[in-house]
Amino acid sequence: MRVVVALGGGLLAASVLLALLGTGVGSSGLESLTQVWRDPTAAQIVWDIRLPRTLGAWGAGALLGLAGAVAQGLFRNPLADPYLLGSASGSSLGVALALALFGASPFATHWLVRLGLTGAAFLGAVGAVLLTLILARGVQHTLRLLLAGVIVGVVLGALVSLTMQVVPDVMQAMQAFMLGSTGFVGWSACLLMALVWLLCMLAAWMLSPVLDGLSLGEATAISLGLPLPQLRAALIAVLALATGTAVAQTGLIAFVGLAAPHLVRSVAKTTHGNLILLSSLMGGVLLMAADILARWLIAPQELPVGVLTAVLGGGYLLWLMHRGPTMPTRGTV
Amino acid sequence: MEAIMKRWLRAVLATAALGGAAGALALQVVDDRGVAVQFERSPQRIVSVLPSLTETVCALGQCQRLVGVDRYSNFPDSVRSLPQVGGGIDPNIEAIVALKPDVVLMATSARGAERLQSMGIKVLALEPMSHADVRRVLDRVGELLQVNDAQQVWRVIDASVRAAAQSLPPKARGARVYFEVNSGPYAAGEASFIGETLSRLQVRNIVPAALGPFPKLNPEFVVRANPDVIMVGDRNFTGMDARPGWAGMRAMQTKRVCIFSAEQSDTLVRPGPRMAEGARIMARCLSDRLG
Repeated sequence: MRVVVALGGGLLAASVLLALLGTGVGSSGLESLTQVWRDPTAAQIVWDIRLPRTLGAWGAGALLGLAGAVAQGLFRNPLADPYLLGSASGSSLGVALALALFGASPFATHWLVRLGLTGAAFLGAVGAVLLTLILARGVQHTLRLLLAGVIVGVVLGALVSLTMQVVPDVMQAMQAFMLGSTGFVGWSACLLMALVWLLCMLAAWMLSPVLDGLSLGEATAISLGLPLPQLRAALIAVLALATGTAVAQTGLIAFVGLAAPHLVRSVAKTTHGNLILLSSLMGGVLLMAADILARWLIAPQELPVGVLTAVLGGGYLLWLMHRGPTMPTRGTV
Repeated sequence: MEAIMKRWLRAVLATAALGGAAGALALQVVDDRGVAVQFERSPQRIVSVLPSLTETVCALGQCQRLVGVDRYSNFPDSVRSLPQVGGGIDPNIEAIVALKPDVVLMATSARGAERLQSMGIKVLALEPMSHADVRRVLDRVGELLQVNDAQQVWRVIDASVRAAAQSLPPKARGARVYFEVNSGPYAAGEASFIGETLSRLQVRNIVPAALGPFPKLNPEFVVRANPDVIMVGDRNFTGMDARPGWAGMRAMQTKRVCIFSAEQSDTLVRPGPRMAEGARIMARCLSDRLG
């Protein structure tokens, strides 16, 4: 328990430090914040662009970390990630169709402007999860759910490719979406992510005993008297909502959802309630760090943030894996 | 540099050797891969899988020789009725072979050149990226089609660009412009084809050549640079004012934003003979917004 508190405290401290650092890293690399008080443009850049973007990166990472921990617990599979039920390709398809239809007809344009790309991505992500649930005929059967998720992912992914083939103008914008970007996160997006995070965290915390029960096997969980179908459906709702919100605001960020729970487990063995909270903090720290590096390394150009999360998270996980016998295994979930 | 020298040397040697063979071959064109492609006579059946090459053939007055184009070639109107043979990255080999072309024009980066050559179809790979490339490609295709007025066509294009630049009101000179290629945001820098046109129009680009032709920028770079004019395709303009901090930019507040239709964007981004038309489109907008 002491480790859990220490890790939680460490991650919170890292979040605060990174957030402070993030406000100082901009289009000309690390810069002094002193001119904020004198130059109104500099002030606007820090308050309206850099700060929400930095906090937004944390929010999206936290949502993905949360979703990753829920997915791995729910499917009792260390390879599960937030995109498992098709939300990644669903949101891609939403964005691709929105981009392609934009300008196609005045009616479509009118609606798309109101919906926005974030709305399209969110609807796509949630729609894909619903489609997976329909194809799997409910939430009872883990393997059926996983397979349905894979099928939905592949088919919707193919439709995305087809859309890009037919309307090549959307290709570059799609590429930016698929690599993920935190560049356009504003205060309203931050607020939205914070609210969804609170909601999901609360729900996941209350539902976490189910995951602890599930880790002993479905039969055991049922014998403990847990109403599995309803609770599973609720967990999937949390998963879909958290993932959909993050993806809508920042695009497909790779690896955070998969790596964050593993990184936590490599330090602390704990119950799912704590694991979900810590994974969420870890995801936030990971994506915030990646975002800062993305705009720092080759400023004023940006690296796609998804590339950095994959390199950072993947590299660290690989190091942990080979460091010693602490490699997370299913038994320790 | 060395590679270029070698390429030239090879080309010269090849030409000399062929010259020695008593001019049995009527026509030889060296393409951008450095390959000397030989023809018995000027090709009459041409397939083009790059829109700017399609436009180049037509600018030289030889549109009638095209028998197939890629799905993105849409200018001039007459090519829209031609059979389509896929795109640059996914050319339909079977459809191309079925058209029995004398030559296939494609980008160096396109796929399928080896496959086509292995079936005995001649491929000329050309990669127009800059203003200078447009001129060079006109020359090469002119040689290939055996038309003599390639230089004349270039002179008209060049003069039209100059005229577009001169049509700008004095106020527009030196205006600072941000050209957004897409909402990544990717910008067209000074080093890009679009950037070259902007330089010819004597306006300044907020994205210096050092950043490369199409850099992915940190959005706050644009806010800080606070350009006088923003140029963007209508597809990417949607939601631009909702980006954090963008609505306060000078160009957004004074509505100095050039929003190009899809058709105009095609003209602007293709390094081909319509570059003068592209320059005119930009000049017209600059005059409207800054005049």
